[in-house]
Amino acid sequence: MSLPSKAASGITGASTFKNRDWGKILSISPAFLFLGFFFVYPVILLLGLSLVDDSGALSLEHYVHLFEKAVYMKVLLITLKIAAWTTLFALLAGYPIAYLLSTTNSNTRNSLIIWVLMPFWTSFLVRTFAWMVLLGRHGALNDLLFALDLIDVPVRLIYNFTGVMIGMTHALMPLCILTMLSVMENIDRNLVSAASTLGARGGQSFWRVYFPLSMPGVAAGGMLVFITALGFFITPALLGGARDTMIVQVIIFQIQEVLNWGFAGAIAMLLLVSVLIIFTIYDQLIGLSTLSGESTQGRKKGLIGRFGARVGSIIINGLGNACERFGVLIDLLLRPSAGVARKSMGRLPLWIVSMTVLAFLCIPAFFVIPVSFTEEGFLGWPPRGFSLQWYEQILQSEAWAAAASRSFLVASASALLGMSIGVPAAFFLVRRQFFGKAAVFAFLVSPIIMPNIIIAVALFYLYAKLGLVGTNLGLILGHTILAIPYVVITVMAILKNYDHRLDQAAWTLGANKWQTLTRITLPLLSAGLIASFMFAFIISFDELTISLFVTGGEVTTLPKKMWDDALMRVSPLLAAVAALLLAFMTLVILLSEYIRRRGTGK
Amino acid sequence: MQKYKLNAINIRKTYDDITALKSASIQLKEGEFLTLLGPSGSGKTTLLMAIAGLNSPDSGEIWIDGELATHLPPFKRDLGMVFQNYALFPHMTVFDNIAFPLRMRKNKASVIKEEVMKVLDIVELGHVANRYPKELSGGQQQRIALARCFVYKPSIILMDEPLGALDKKLRDSLQREIKKLHENLGITVLYVTHDQEEAMVMSDRICVMNNGEIDQIGTPAELYFQPSTVFSADFLGESNLFSGTVSSINEQEVEVVGPSGMVIKGMSKVPVNTGDEVKFMVRPESVDLNALETEENVTHGTLTEVIVSGQITKLFAELADGTEMMSTQLTRTSEHTLRVGAKVSLSWRASNTVILIS
Repeated sequence: MSLPSKAASGITGASTFKNRDWGKILSISPAFLFLGFFFVYPVILLLGLSLVDDSGALSLEHYVHLFEKAVYMKVLLITLKIAAWTTLFALLAGYPIAYLLSTTNSNTRNSLIIWVLMPFWTSFLVRTFAWMVLLGRHGALNDLLFALDLIDVPVRLIYNFTGVMIGMTHALMPLCILTMLSVMENIDRNLVSAASTLGARGGQSFWRVYFPLSMPGVAAGGMLVFITALGFFITPALLGGARDTMIVQVIIFQIQEVLNWGFAGAIAMLLLVSVLIIFTIYDQLIGLSTLSGESTQGRKKGLIGRFGARVGSIIINGLGNACERFGVLIDLLLRPSAGVARKSMGRLPLWIVSMTVLAFLCIPAFFVIPVSFTEEGFLGWPPRGFSLQWYEQILQSEAWAAAASRSFLVASASALLGMSIGVPAAFFLVRRQFFGKAAVFAFLVSPIIMPNIIIAVALFYLYAKLGLVGTNLGLILGHTILAIPYVVITVMAILKNYDHRLDQAAWTLGANKWQTLTRITLPLLSAGLIASFMFAFIISFDELTISLFVTGGEVTTLPKKMWDDALMRVSPLLAAVAALLLAFMTLVILLSEYIRRRGTGK
Repeated sequence: MQKYKLNAINIRKTYDDITALKSASIQLKEGEFLTLLGPSGSGKTTLLMAIAGLNSPDSGEIWIDGELATHLPPFKRDLGMVFQNYALFPHMTVFDNIAFPLRMRKNKASVIKEEVMKVLDIVELGHVANRYPKELSGGQQQRIALARCFVYKPSIILMDEPLGALDKKLRDSLQREIKKLHENLGITVLYVTHDQEEAMVMSDRICVMNNGEIDQIGTPAELYFQPSTVFSADFLGESNLFSGTVSSINEQEVEVVGPSGMVIKGMSKVPVNTGDEVKFMVRPESVDLNALETEENVTHGTLTEVIVSGQITKLFAELADGTEMMSTQLTRTSEHTLRVGAKVSLSWRASNTVILIS
């Protein structure tokens, strides 16, 4: 390059400096504006309603009512109890799988992870229906136990606490496993080898080295499951009994039956405060940064944290020593020889446990398929005969066709809108260093953490004023709120693995910023971006809570139509819809997996 | 049979359809420092892992301290291992890291404290006992990894490229430090590296590995001056390697006709016959340029390149048929007499010429 042109580029560089500042703000401002208007503003409006009485004057009457009536406190306690047990079960059952996935070779991991994701991807309602088929009075499980002569009268597995536990653990375990896995994958496997060369037996090295290092993942997974569980209502409504009513069901009742907005706002506030308290405790104990898989070492711990660490290390050392005794005992009994290779039995129990849990995760989705071909008019097990009548009914029904096409349209549009807002924001967060970055990230992903019902009710209130209730636009905007955080998270993950030097290389080779973006960066990221789009698409396609409210009962999406039908009567027709959905979702996933592999294969 | 500290016999290891180690045997005497040297994929780490008990060999036997240990789990072998990336436990302080092996051996708390502080003093890092590994520099982490190994006095210490991640200066000083600790503490060390200079500096003996097999074992000097294979000759240091045909044999001294028809006298440790195709090797520092009194082997060429690289100057000459030959000399300020294009004679001793079977 000659000298004059160097000087010239230096000058333009200086003059574009201010433009670049503007560019910065431009890339993230849509996300802020959108979430500010459609998320923060309506939620504040809703919560504000709880603080005024019928005449519009400031008043605490809703809160007085809330704390006076024992029933609401009871519902809150039940909600906390259900969430806590769900968390415990999801962690206990999910840990072995996450451990297996993180310590196995990459081929096995890739094929197993599809089965973990399977329920994650299959429609939420589909899974819940499947449990109804499996666990009902004359369901598959009771039939099996009956056939094996283990029981005389059917066991009640559904419409009670057991049913809720099974359904919710099943629904939330994949989230738990994936969160734990993201931490476990980063644990250096040499550390366990190092512990064993230093004299630690398998049990000792697991409990003293691996387990403490996996704790941030356990904590993060547990917390995500807990706060998500707090906002559940589909599972308790379909699989639980009257005594398993959760707090969200009360909010829905207040809005739909009593039309008491102020009181619904007060309950929403109660729910939100519970979530925030849990967050605060988590941040104090572990630190929010661990949610993105970062390590906690070297962080100053508070008083509670130090106490927890002390107690934790005593428990862990105890477990380690107990395992060692057990190992010594086994050695005494079996007297292994140093000259003979022993078969590795150590991982067999792990495989058995993991496969059982995986079966638990996958079987429900597959059960709806045979049921959908029944000749009978009710959902029973085993299905009798073979008929395509339910499929014919769906395909001929205009209501189902309308619901399906609306779902497809809304999901595509909200995924696109979510991408166009979320991708620039993700670029901004990964590429720039600035003060308050963590807070900006937290804000952009907060719609995930906010119980969906609060967003739904708040949007309904806002839309009523704007005349957006029952419109496709209203649905699209609502689903976009949920799509943005997922897009931001997935695109940030892709960008972190992107080698920034490729861009720098393009610049030195004479490409300007725009050319670099369109010719280098985006083509390399395209596979990840498409996967991210699919993710957002499925989030919307499967979404029920927001649809339930903002459609205003006028128009309907696929999940909402299924929900409405299920509340009236669970028929094989729903199983057929579920089977079709399953096939469609599988297609979408296989397609995105194919694109992803083709992308990495290059 | 002589009692070795470590005796690995015919170790073979395959992964799926890849043979990582064909059939390797090594013996270590008490207090010896042996280095496994080879390019990546040569099987050196596989052999080390088998000895550590971190993988299970398909066949062969491993004896440690006179006891069979082929399939013993690592925690029963009483070995120490220093890992490539140190493998310090990130959730434990430096003190807890070093105390870990002692705790696993059920030592008393008072003994542990004393031993840990003692070994921390040896590596001169007593002041970082309460810090976490992340808060230390790379060199400090490496010394802590060594301390964690020394503290329980294992009978053998295995080191897997322990200095690979450090910069040159730090590597040099740690090489000397490890060597010093080895001598002072009298420990037996099996070391793995792909850096031939590091192997030469540190080892009592070097085991050159290639393609899952042991190529040659010997002292650094033996390997350097009397390599027995073309691979060893080429891998260690720089060399002039030529092909030729054996023309006459006089006991160990062999005459070879090489490129440009030059007739070279060299030493062969392996039996050869007249007419055999062989390689012969001479180190560049053994080659004199324009010597007044020429040695047994002489050839002529044109100087094509002169490179001053610090202490030594590398001179390249082209022989009549285009073959390139290198000579290295100590760099001297006044050495400007030789210019590119000058006709030069190159000469070297027969005793510095090694005949190798190609």
